[in-house]
Amino acid sequence: MAKHVVGAAKDVPPGERLRVDVAGTPVVIYNLGGEYFGLLDRCPHMGGLLSEGIQIGLVEAPKPGCYSYDRAGEIVRCPWHGWEFDIRTGKSRFDPKRWKTRPVEVETAEVKDAQTIDVAQDGLNIVVTL
Amino acid sequence: MTVETIQNPGAAIAAGQKLAIADCDIHPSPKSVEKEVFPYLEKRWQDHYNTYGLLLRQPYQNGPAYPKGQPDAARRDAYPPNGGRPGSDLAFMQTHHLDRYNIQLGILNPLRSGQGLQNPDFAAAYCKAVNDWQIAEWTSKEPRLKGSICIPYEDAALSVQEIERRVGDPNFVQAFMLIRTSEPMGNRRYWPIYEACAKNNIPLAVHAFGFGGSPVTGGGWPSFYIEDMVGHAQSAQNLISSIVLEGVFERWPSLKLIIVEAGFAWAPSLGWRLDRVWRQNRHELPHVKRPPSEYMRQNVWYTTQPFEEPDRRSHLKDTFEWIGWDRLLFATDYPHWDFDDPQRIPLPRADAETRNAFFLQNARDLYGV
Ligand code: FES
Repeated sequence: MAKHVVGAAKDVPPGERLRVDVAGTPVVIYNLGGEYFGLLDRCPHMGGLLSEGIQIGLVEAPKPGCYSYDRAGEIVRCPWHGWEFDIRTGKSRFDPKRWKTRPVEVETAEVKDAQTIDVAQDGLNIVVTL
Repeated sequence: MTVETIQNPGAAIAAGQKLAIADCDIHPSPKSVEKEVFPYLEKRWQDHYNTYGLLLRQPYQNGPAYPKGQPDAARRDAYPPNGGRPGSDLAFMQTHHLDRYNIQLGILNPLRSGQGLQNPDFAAAYCKAVNDWQIAEWTSKEPRLKGSICIPYEDAALSVQEIERRVGDPNFVQAFMLIRTSEPMGNRRYWPIYEACAKNNIPLAVHAFGFGGSPVTGGGWPSFYIEDMVGHAQSAQNLISSIVLEGVFERWPSLKLIIVEAGFAWAPSLGWRLDRVWRQNRHELPHVKRPPSEYMRQNVWYTTQPFEEPDRRSHLKDTFEWIGWDRLLFATDYPHWDFDDPQRIPLPRADAETRNAFFLQNARDLYGV
């Protein structure tokens, strides 16, 4: 496991996402209301790029005829066959135990000696542990 | 440390992939009907198109009867970077799809091709224009791609004219219909089409969807797209039953029928059921000389997309063996949203030769290319 600085936090405001290649691994990072979450950018079904999928809310029916919609933007829908994944956990909605994409640890930190050009020298950076 | 965004996620896959692929279901679209199809359409029909559009025999005239799984029924990553609908840009299709998966043979199946239009003369004119367009924009520019002869199949005489116009043309490898015809497909009104295909040794592909005017299920119009999707299996079973029982394969034993995008795991149970009822009622249709499943094995091929996904892959093995590995044709449905990735479908275990047949050689043998 190593820490990788992948960008400046200010470049990924709430509601936005960032697709990066971290040491050969495709990762997509989401900012949900100021919190950052990372997922392996590969759908466990057939490998669609989750980073190309839209972010939707969670539509549920606690019982038939009764619907709820919340957590707007916290579910990513695969651009291919539409499987839904919880961005906070990487787990699929339809079978969270069996079908999930790998969550990737993301934090924000000030990084003084970052070598990369597109990283903020002052302010927070996005750091991925992989 | 360097940080790269992923420009071409497919490149790594293509480099490691040796298997050559035939994709038996690719959907091209015109960038613009006016620019690409109108040159092959008489002025009268251009005016008709501009005034009325493409009116189908279905109760929902403004677009599809059901919301698709994704907008325009397309993979969200299949929009050409220079604009236009998914499947409308040859250069993008080449890199995004053909090169990436090492597709050596791609069969073009145009939808919105004039098939099922209520006005039979307009249907014929539009199908002909779409066929000319396939040559001009696709097959003449990319030898890996082969076209489908779109026919206005509700009018058999006009369909035969279109088939005969294209006989011997290497741009085309099959005639093309949609599954939901206005009468069951074995009905005599369609026989001239089967005769023309058999006589000229042109396989006949029948693709999911269609606009015959009947509800999309045997129980009427359902509420949801998922029911439309699973309904293709019903429609395909209807058509096979009808064609077999009306004696079409007995009359034209060399006719090759390809079921496209309607699944295949239902085929064994359909064969069992047909055989059982045939044994019990054989005297009603003496022209069906052999058990229906024998005609299915002899005359029918199936494209595999959307692939079956049982919990246990081994369950598919029996299905493949009943149908015959030589009767299954790999397809992706590119650029549509329910695309199958050749490396990710849960294919039953098989030796290298069988896999190669499934992914490539079956199609080459069937189409003779
Ligand atoms: S590849 Fe993501 S849902 Fe199929």
